[in-house]
Amino acid sequence: MTGMVLTARERRVKWSLLSLVAALTLSMLLSVGVGPMSISMAHSYYAVLASIGVVVAEVPAHMQLVIESIRLPRTVLGMFVGAALAVCGAAMQGLFRNPLADPGLIGVTGGASLAAVAMIVLGGSYFTALYQWLGPYALMAAAFAGAFLTTLIVARIATTRYGTSITTMLLAGIAIGIVTGAGVGIMTYMADDAQLRTLTFWSMGSLGGATWETVIAAGLLITLTLVGLPLQAKNLNALLLGESEARHLGVRIEAVKKRIILLTALGVGASVAVSGMIGFVGLIVPHIVRLTLGPDHRYLLPASALLGALFLLCADMLARTLIAPAELPIGLITTIIGGPFFIGMVIYRARKLG
Amino acid sequence: MSFCASHICFQAGEKTILDDVSVQIQPGEMVAVLGPNGAGKSSLLKIMAGEQRFFSGQLYLNGRSYADWSANDIARMVGILPQSSELVFPFSVAEVVMLGRLPHSSGRVKDREIVTQALQLLDVSHLSEALYPALSGGEKQRVQLARVLAQIWEPSSAGDRFLLLDEPTSALDLSHQHQTLEVARDLSRQGAGVMAILHDLNLAAQYADRIILLGNGRLVSEGAVDQVLVPEQIRALYDIDVTVMRHPRENRPLVVTL
Repeated sequence: MTGMVLTARERRVKWSLLSLVAALTLSMLLSVGVGPMSISMAHSYYAVLASIGVVVAEVPAHMQLVIESIRLPRTVLGMFVGAALAVCGAAMQGLFRNPLADPGLIGVTGGASLAAVAMIVLGGSYFTALYQWLGPYALMAAAFAGAFLTTLIVARIATTRYGTSITTMLLAGIAIGIVTGAGVGIMTYMADDAQLRTLTFWSMGSLGGATWETVIAAGLLITLTLVGLPLQAKNLNALLLGESEARHLGVRIEAVKKRIILLTALGVGASVAVSGMIGFVGLIVPHIVRLTLGPDHRYLLPASALLGALFLLCADMLARTLIAPAELPIGLITTIIGGPFFIGMVIYRARKLG
Repeated sequence: MSFCASHICFQAGEKTILDDVSVQIQPGEMVAVLGPNGAGKSSLLKIMAGEQRFFSGQLYLNGRSYADWSANDIARMVGILPQSSELVFPFSVAEVVMLGRLPHSSGRVKDREIVTQALQLLDVSHLSEALYPALSGGEKQRVQLARVLAQIWEPSSAGDRFLLLDEPTSALDLSHQHQTLEVARDLSRQGAGVMAILHDLNLAAQYADRIILLGNGRLVSEGAVDQVLVPEQIRALYDIDVTVMRHPRENRPLVVTL
C-alpha cells in the first residue's frame, strides 16, 4: 500500500516536471518574440537555434540580431535568476524550518544589495584595483559577501538552543532590511548622476541590463547553486524533522548548514548583482510547488527551479509589454503579485493557529 | 558489546544536572529509567544521543569511544525517539517513516517494505497517506516511533543496535501505551538494547528487565524490578506515600499510591 502511495506521487512529480519543462520552453520562445519588434514563434525558434549554431531555416538578419544580442541574453538571464531565487527560497525555508523564510523578507537580498550598491558607488574610487581586477565579477563578489553575511547574522540571531524562532527571524530580517535600506540611501546620496541611474534600476529590479557577459558571469555562479542545493535534498528533508532528529539520522548538521548558507548566498548574491532586488519569487514559487508536490526537497528543489524560471519570464514579459514602449521594473511586478500572496499566507497561518 | 555511559557529570550554569552517573545498556535487555521531574533523565538521554558536548565522563558504543564512530555508523546503530517533534511541513506519514531509512543505502524496494512493516507494527498503516501535521499528538508519537524503528530495523553491520526512548508513552492512550512498550520489548528480544524514560512505575515493572532510578542528578538505585521498586525508596524519592503489593496475576510488583 505504501509503495503505491509513493509511486502515485512520483508519477505526479514526473508529469509536473515534464509539463514545467514544456511550459518553460514555450515561454522562452514567447519571451524572445515579445517586444517593440514582434517576432513570430517560428522565427523565434529558428533564431534561437541559429544563435547556438544550429541553422534550420533562414531568419531575417535584423530579427536574428535583436534576438541574439538583446532578447535572448535577457531571457536566459531571467531564467537563471528566477530559478536561483526560487531554489534559494525553498532551501532557506527548509534550513529555517519555516515556509515564510524568503531571501527578501529576512534581509538577505537587502544585504546583497547594500554591498553591491556600495561597490557601484565606492568601488571606482576606493577599491580601484579590486574593482578593475574582478571586472564584471566585482558586483557579484560584493553581493555574495553581503548575502552571506546577512544570512549568518539572521541565523545567529534567530537560532537559540531551542531551535529557530519564526518571529525573531522575521524581526531580525525587518531590522536588517531597514538598516541596509538606510545604507543604500546613504550611497544614493553620495552617488553621482550616472551611478544614480544604475541605482534606481537596482532598487526595483530589472533584467534590462542583460548582456552575454553578465549572463555568463551570473550563470556560472547560479549553476553552482542549482546543482549544489539539490545534492542537499535528503539532508534538508531530515532537517525538517528538527536539528537533533537530523543529527540522529547521521546528518552532519553544522557542515550541512554551512554548505546550504554558502550556496544560497551564492545564488542570491549573483541574482541581485545582475538584476537588483526582485522580491517574493523565493516565497511564492516553493509554496505553490509544496502545495502540489509536497515538501520532499528531492522534488521541491528542481520543480521550484523550473517554476521560478517560468514565473520570472512571465513577469518580465508583463514588465516589457504592460506600458510599452516604456518598461516597468520587474521587481514591481513580482512585488505586486507577491505582497498580497504573502498577506494571504500570514492570514491563513493566523487562522489555523487560532 | 554494549552502550555505556560512565561517570557522567553535567552542569547547566551553576546547577548540577548529573553527578557521576554511570549506566550500561546490554543488547537484548530493556531498561527503564525512572525518577521525579528534574532528576536528570532527559539530560542523560541527550548525552547518550550525542546532543550534548559539554559534559565530563566517557561514552562507549559497542566497545569504541562514541566520538570515534562516524555519524552514519551511529545512525545505523542508535535510534532515538524524542519527546516531541517540531515537524510542521506537510509530509505524509509514509514519507516521515521513510526518512528513517536515510542512513542506509538498502535500495528503494527494501526501504518501502520496511516502511510498510513499521507502519503496521505501530498500528498506523491506515494513516500512511495522511499528512503528518494534521495528526493527533498520540498518532504523531507512534509515527515517530515507526520512523525510528525503520532506522534500526535490521541488525547493522556496524554493531549491536540500541533504542533510546524519551517518554514514549506520554501522549498515548492506555492500549497504545502497552502496544508501544510491547514493540520496544520485542525489539530487545531481537537483540537490541532498549532504554526508555518512563513515568509510570507499573508500566516499568511490567515491561522492563532492569530499572535505573535517578534522583537529583544521582543514581539512586539500579537493578531488577523487585529490587528497585521498594516502598521506602519510592517514598523518599517521590515524596508520596505508597505501598508495593504483588500483582494479582503476574509475578511482579504493583505500586499503589495511598
